[in-house]
Amino acid sequence: MKSYEEINEKIRAGRAVVVTAEEVIAIAKDIGVKEAARKIDVVTTGTFGIMCSSGAFLNFWHTKPKMKMQRVWLDDVPAYGGIAAVDCYLGATELPSYDPCNSHYPGSFRHGGGHVIEDLIAGKEIKLRAEAYGTDCYPLRSYEQNITLKDVREAFIFSPRNCYQNYNVATNCGAETVYTYMGVLKPHMGNIHYSSAGQLSPLLNDPYYRSIGIGTHIFLGGGEGFVAWPGTQHAPFDPRNERGIPLGGAGTLAVIGDMKQMDARFIRGVSLTGYGVSLMVGIGIPIPILDEDMLYYTTVEDADIQAPLCDYGKEGYPTGEPCVIGSLNYAELKSGEVDFQGKKIRTAPLSSYTKAVEIAETLKQWIVSGRFQLGQPSQLLPGGGSPDRKED
Amino acid sequence: MTKNMISKNVILRFSPEVVGEPIVYLLVKEFDLVPNIIKASVNPDKQGYILLSLTGEEENYKASLKRLEELGISVQCLMERIKWHEEICTQCGACTAVCPSLALSIRRPEMAIRFDSDKCVACQMCIQACPVNAVTLDL
Ligand code: SF4
Ligand code: SF4
Repeated sequence: MKSYEEINEKIRAGRAVVVTAEEVIAIAKDIGVKEAARKIDVVTTGTFGIMCSSGAFLNFWHTKPKMKMQRVWLDDVPAYGGIAAVDCYLGATELPSYDPCNSHYPGSFRHGGGHVIEDLIAGKEIKLRAEAYGTDCYPLRSYEQNITLKDVREAFIFSPRNCYQNYNVATNCGAETVYTYMGVLKPHMGNIHYSSAGQLSPLLNDPYYRSIGIGTHIFLGGGEGFVAWPGTQHAPFDPRNERGIPLGGAGTLAVIGDMKQMDARFIRGVSLTGYGVSLMVGIGIPIPILDEDMLYYTTVEDADIQAPLCDYGKEGYPTGEPCVIGSLNYAELKSGEVDFQGKKIRTAPLSSYTKAVEIAETLKQWIVSGRFQLGQPSQLLPGGGSPDRKED
Repeated sequence: MTKNMISKNVILRFSPEVVGEPIVYLLVKEFDLVPNIIKASVNPDKQGYILLSLTGEEENYKASLKRLEELGISVQCLMERIKWHEEICTQCGACTAVCPSLALSIRRPEMAIRFDSDKCVACQMCIQACPVNAVTLDL
């Protein structure tokens, strides 16, 4: 048994033993779970995928004369200004009013909130435009200025739902191509898309949220951040397999982090043909090896993780009716081809495994070098901390 | 003498006066090439293009290009025309299951993306599938 404080002390002293969620698998096979739990202090995880329900709060300093910005645009993408005088929230999926959307089907959605967030983090100049009705204390009615992230007073990502524990796998049983948030899906089960880092994914390495809770210190978009709250649609009581791995989406996280620390390599605006814009977000979460059970959970492998195969064709997912047609594990999915109902179907990820590895490695280096310490959750997530591993 | 068989993807662009010439027939008959049309379009003012792969003997292929040019058809070899921009690519993989020729594929077990331009047939499926415009086609 180790405490957070003991592990942090080791980190400060530069003595912490840190491995990634990929490396721990081989180590535990080699020396056993018990010995591995004794030796290892922290296991780092990582994921880099498209995460809708992301966005940023920005504060722009006061203008002269002062203004209560009622309507705000950043590079023509509307941001929500109904918060205070110079605060706004820019959502990742927001589109500029000039975008033809799907009137030229499938729309290509070149630019939107996710891209503005990426551009700000990359240090690019963007155009801030605001309109107001004017008050005695805030008389200015219109404002336009090119700004960079440096000119913004505070900027932080605050995303209501990121880091899905597991996720649907998509195919298309219909007769026409569909353009979805799960990518371009060819007719008659022409391809299968999945979106999870599998064995490296944060919440799959701590399936019962024993250590990931409110206040957990994380890697977010290349900077440091925190778990702020259970994410929206957090569903901890969904069915699980014998290892505790949920068979569907299950857990989610609301996360927060300073944009000024972030790196555009780990946070990218994306255009999904026929669907819209969004944001690819890199998240890495350290798992403290408090006891043997924690270590055991981090040894999860792709073959241990099943995900529901869903029909995203016109008669399936869009209707709101049940659309699960099967189950596949990530070892099968990652192989590039699966055998399903007697048909060989090519599979492809939408989330980047190499980037997930890079994130887990970066976080490992941060911890080893002593610059990043663990944050003990001040409260666990709903469904967190239970049950302990069943002995078999 | 051994014959050097090749397979190339080309775009043929033609002006109104050429529409009507039996181009594909000519490629088969005169040059013994196997053309496979990937995409074709003729717009209302009759300017058009055909994107096709040509398989056959290198000598014949070269001679056919000359003959096409004589007919006033501009020929663009597509090999370098689909570009994969590694520095933009997020390594997500979203292009790999829609790519018909496995030109864009995943190297396992690292799951790294690679692009083999020799295999590319310039179908442009990847352009639609890529969320960050890391593949482009310069027409
Ligand atoms: S254009 Fe793109 S999808 Fe088509 S063959 Fe080339 S790489 Fe593959
Ligand atoms: S879809 Fe685009 S970003 Fe993703 S792997 Fe292919 S080229 Fe790279």
